[in-house]
Amino acid sequence: MSILTVDGISKTFKGLKALISVSFDVKEGEIYGIIGPNGSGKTTLINCITGFVKYDSGNVFFKGKNISKWPPHKIARAGVTRTFQIMRPYYSLPAYKNLIIPLWAPRARKLGGWRGGGKHGDRNTVAVDILEELGFERDSRVPYKPASALPTGYLKRLELARCIAMRPEIILCDEIFSGLSVSEIAGLMPLIEKLKIEGITLIMVEHRLKELFQVADRVMALAFGEKIAEGKSYEVIEDSRVKEAYLGSEEV
Amino acid sequence: MENKRIERIDRGIKVRTEGIYSIVSMREMMYIAGPRIIFLGILFLLPLILEAAPYWKRVMNIMFIYSLLAISFDFLANYTGLVCLGGAFFIGIGGYATAILNSVLHIPVLLSIPLAAIIGAVVCTLLLLPCLQLRGVYFAIITLMFPLLFTRVIEATNILGGTNGITGLESIPGHFTENYYIMIVALIALFGLRRFVNLDAGLVMRGVKDNEQSIRASGINVTWMKTQAVFISSLIGCFGGAYLAHLYVWAGLSLFALDFSIIPIAAVAIGGGGTIFGAIAGSFILVPLSEFLRFFGSFRIVLYCIILTAFIVFKSEGIMTYITRKYHQFERWVDV
Ligand SMILES: Nc1ncnc2c1ncn2[C@@H]1O[C@H](COP(=O)(O)OP(=O)(O)O)[C@@H](O)[C@H]1O
Ligand SMILES: [Mg+2]
Repeated sequence: MSILTVDGISKTFKGLKALISVSFDVKEGEIYGIIGPNGSGKTTLINCITGFVKYDSGNVFFKGKNISKWPPHKIARAGVTRTFQIMRPYYSLPAYKNLIIPLWAPRARKLGGWRGGGKHGDRNTVAVDILEELGFERDSRVPYKPASALPTGYLKRLELARCIAMRPEIILCDEIFSGLSVSEIAGLMPLIEKLKIEGITLIMVEHRLKELFQVADRVMALAFGEKIAEGKSYEVIEDSRVKEAYLGSEEV
Repeated sequence: MENKRIERIDRGIKVRTEGIYSIVSMREMMYIAGPRIIFLGILFLLPLILEAAPYWKRVMNIMFIYSLLAISFDFLANYTGLVCLGGAFFIGIGGYATAILNSVLHIPVLLSIPLAAIIGAVVCTLLLLPCLQLRGVYFAIITLMFPLLFTRVIEATNILGGTNGITGLESIPGHFTENYYIMIVALIALFGLRRFVNLDAGLVMRGVKDNEQSIRASGINVTWMKTQAVFISSLIGCFGGAYLAHLYVWAGLSLFALDFSIIPIAAVAIGGGGTIFGAIAGSFILVPLSEFLRFFGSFRIVLYCIILTAFIVFKSEGIMTYITRKYHQFERWVDV
C-alpha cells in the first residue's frame, strides 16, 4: 500500500526550474532512495513534500489525504517529518534537552511519541533513553553536552533522534551520510535497519550511492529537476541517463 | 603573565547542592536559599526603611515598573528571540486601558489594574500578530513605531482626551498598598518566569530562538508559540503601564514616551541578559542612579551615559552573570 504519493510537483525559482513535474509513490515501511548530482533538486523536493517550500503545481498525498497546501507544522504533526542537510540542532540546549521539544510537541503528547515516552514518564529520562538507542553513551558526558559542542557524527544522530522522538510515520532524510567517515556511516547502518523494523517509512536523499544501495529497497534518480529513472538500485545505476548525469560530476 | 590563564572551578558546595542533595544539611540549604532570602528580606523592608524619605518610595515604585518592562524585554529577547522595543507601547496601552476602566466605567482601582493588564495584553498581542514573522531588527523597529503611531493618532483625532489625556483616575489607597502591590507583582513575574523558562514549554520557546525550522519539523506551530510569548510579555508590561497611570492619576501621551522602551534594554544589558534576575538588578541600579544624578542638573544625561558605557564595557557579561559566577566558582591563575 502506498503511504506517500507525489503527483507531478513543479517548482521554479525565479526562472530556474528546480523541479519539473516529479512524481513517485512510496510504499509503507520501505526505504526509498533519491539520488542525483549536486543541484539536481533533491533538497527542494524534500522541502516541497514537508511544506517548507510552496510549489507551483502538483499534489502530495499522505495516506490518501491531500497535504499539498498544509503548513509544515501540520504536515509534521500528521507524521511526515524530516532532517536538515545543514544540521539544525538547538545549539544552546544540551543534546538531550533537544529531544524535549519533539517529545513535548502535540503529536508525541497525543500519540505517545517514541515508545510512548512523550505521554508517559519523565521526558528527561526518555530523552536520554532515545539518545542511548541512537548510540550516545549514556554514562558519558556526551548526552549532557550543549549541542554546539558535538562533532558532526553526533549531530547527524541528533537530527535523526529529533525525528524519531515524535514517532513519525515517514522520515525524509536529507543526506545524513554526507560529511561522515566510512566507519561512522557503518555505525549508522544498524540504526536505519532498526527504524525499518519499527515500521517507519524512510525516504533517503543521498549522495553516497554505495551506502544508500545497501539499505534502499527502491531508488529514484533526479537530474536537473527531472526524474530520470526509478527501480531497484542495480537497475537504476545501469540506466544510461543516470550514468550520463553522474559522469564527470561525481564518482559513482 | 603571557603564559597564564584563569581557571574556573565549581565550588564543592555548588556541586554538592545540585539536584535532590541540596536538602541534606542546613548549610547546603542556605547556600541555595540564602541569597534569595536576603534579597526578599531587604525588598520587603525597603518600604518601611524608606518611610523616612517618601520621595524615594515613589522612586522605588518607578523602579519596579522598569523592572517589569526589563523582565518583559529579557524574556522576549533572550528566550524567544524577539527583540521587542515595545516598552512604551505596553505602558501606553495598559495606562489608557485602566483609564477607561477606572475613570469611565468606575471599576475600583485594585481590580482595574490587572483587568487593564489583560485587556492591554490582548490588544498588544493582536496588533503585533502580523509582525511575528519578522525577525531581529525588523521586529524591533515595528514595536518602536507603534507608540509613535498611537501618539499621532490620539493627537490628530482628539480621541481619549486628545493631548490633555484622561484625568480623574483613582489613586491607589494607602502608601504601603502602593509599594507592596507592585513589588509583589514584580516578584511573581520574576520567579514565575524563571520557573517557566525551565519547564518543557519554556524550553520550546528557547528552541524557537535557536531555530524555527526544527520547531516546525517537530509539528509545533511557531507563530502560536510566539503569540503566547508576546502575550506573557505584554501582560507584564501593560500591568506596569496601568499601575503607572494610577500613580500619576492620569493617562496621557507621555505614557508613550521612548524612555519606557530604551531604559529597560539598558537595564538588561547592565544586569545580564537571559537571567530574568538581571533585568531587576539592572533596573535597581539605573532608576535610582538616574534620580540621584538629578543633583547635577543638565549634566545628568552625560554622567548617566558615561556610567552606562562603563558598565557595558567593563562588565559586559552583566552583573547577575558576574555575581552568579563568583558565587558558584572560584578562580585561579594557572600556567598554560
Ligand atoms: N530558495 C532558493 N532560491 C533560489 N534557488 C534555489 C533555492 N533553493 C534551491 N535553489 C536552486 O534549486 C536547485 C536545486 O537545489 P537543491 O534542491 O538544493 O539541490 P540538491 O539538494 O539536489 O543539491 C539549485 O540550482 C539551487 O540553486
Ligand atoms: Mg541538497
